[in-house]
Amino acid sequence: MSAATAQPVLQLVDVTRVHGEGEATVQALRGVSFAAYAGELVAVMGPSGSGKSTLLTLAGGLDTPTSGVVSVEGVDLAAAGAAGRARMRRTSLGYVFQDFNLIPALTAAENVALPLELDGRSGREARRLAQAALEEVGIAELAHRFPDHMSGGQQQRVAIARAVVGERRLVLADEPTGALDTETGEDVLRLLRARCDAGAAGVMVTHEARHAAWADRVVFLRDGVVVDETGADRVESLADTAAPR
Amino acid sequence: MTVKNALLALLEQGPMYGYQLRSEFERRTGATWPLNVGQVYTTLTRLERDGLVAEDGADGEGHVVYRVTEAGRDEVAAWFTTPVARTQPPRDELAIKLALAVTVPGVDVGSVIQQQRSATVAALQDYTRLKRSGPAPSVPQEPHDLAWSLVLESLVFAAEAEVRWLDHCEARLRRAQLERPDASPSTAPATATTAEESAR
Repeated sequence: MSAATAQPVLQLVDVTRVHGEGEATVQALRGVSFAAYAGELVAVMGPSGSGKSTLLTLAGGLDTPTSGVVSVEGVDLAAAGAAGRARMRRTSLGYVFQDFNLIPALTAAENVALPLELDGRSGREARRLAQAALEEVGIAELAHRFPDHMSGGQQQRVAIARAVVGERRLVLADEPTGALDTETGEDVLRLLRARCDAGAAGVMVTHEARHAAWADRVVFLRDGVVVDETGADRVESLADTAAPR
Repeated sequence: MTVKNALLALLEQGPMYGYQLRSEFERRTGATWPLNVGQVYTTLTRLERDGLVAEDGADGEGHVVYRVTEAGRDEVAAWFTTPVARTQPPRDELAIKLALAVTVPGVDVGSVIQQQRSATVAALQDYTRLKRSGPAPSVPQEPHDLAWSLVLESLVFAAEAEVRWLDHCEARLRRAQLERPDASPSTAPATATTAEESAR
C-alpha cells in the first residue's frame, strides 16, 4: 500500500474534542492524529470512555472538533458547514451502527436507496444502485422485506449495503458485530473487509480484540489519546505517551 | 504425552509409517505444533516397547508400517474419555511477569500491559488472516479443514482471553490508583501505587 504518498480518505490532525464547560469539562479526545487510506480497514480499540465513539462521530461529520481538523477526501468537515456535512453523509461516507438503525416502515431496498433519493438521485437509479448493494452483501432476495421480518445478521447486511451504496469511499462502523452471534458477526466482518479490499477505507470501533483482528491496523485509544498501534514502532509510540499529560 | 496419544489415535484409522503419521497430524493441526519425523519414530519405538503399537511389515517402498494394538485402542479410548488435567496450570510467563511488574518498584505496568496487548492483537491479526483465507464458517467443510479451523480458533480464543485479561488488569490498576485517597491520579504512576501497597 502506498500509504505514505497517497492522500488519506479520512484524516484527523491534532483533533481535540471537549464536552461540557467549566467544572464538568470532559476531554473526549486530546490531540489525536489519525488517518485511514483507501484499501485498508483500521480498527480503533479502547475501553469505554477512551474516546473511540467520539472519534467516529467526528469522522462521520455528526459532530465537529473543538480544535484540529477532520477531513474526508480532502474536504475539511468543519469548514463544509452543516449542509456540506449532511451532503458528505449522503454521498461520501457510510455509517454502520451496532443496532442497525434501519427505518422499520421501509423495505430493505428502500432503506438502502434512501440516502441516494435524499441526495436527489432519481428513484429508478436509486433502486438500481440499492439492488446492486444488496447483491454485494448477499441478500438481493430480501430486497422487499421489512426489517422486522429479518434476522439481526440480515438487518446488519442491509445496514452495510446502505453504508456502501453508490460510490462511498469511507465506511465507519461502530461495534458492528455487537448485537450478533459469533458466526453472523464474522460474516459481517467479511463484508466490511471485502469492501475495503475493493478500495474503500474502513474505520471500525470495537472493544473486542477478535473483531479488531480483522483490520489491517489496530489503533489503541486511552483517555482520548492514541497510545499505540499494531505494526507501529512500539517503543517510540509508547515513549510519546509517557510524557506528562 | 500428547504426541503419543495423537499418534495412537491416528493409527485407529489404519496402519501407517512414521512420515505418514506426521503428515496426518499436521493436516489436522495446520502445523501449529510442528512435529519432526525423528520425534515420531522415537515415540513409535516407545509405544512399541509398551505394547501399544506393533510393526505391521513394510509397504512396497520399504517403509516400516505400524498398527495399533488392543492395548493401544484402550489407551486412545481412555484419552478421549478423560478430561485434560487442569489441576497444575502450565507456567504462564505473562502472569508471572505482571505479578512481578506490579510489585517491583519502577516498572511502568501500563506500558507492560499495552506492549503485550499490542503484540497479542498482532498475533490475533495473523490468525485472522489465516481464517480469512479459508471458507466462511457458514460453508460446509471437509473434516480435515474443520479440524484445522478448530485448532486455529483455539488460538484465537486464547489470544482473545489474554487481551481481556490485560484489559481487566489495567482496569483494576486504575481503580487501585483512584481509590488511594492521597494519590493524585494524573501524576502518580500505577507502579508507585502498587509497589507501596505491596510494601504494607
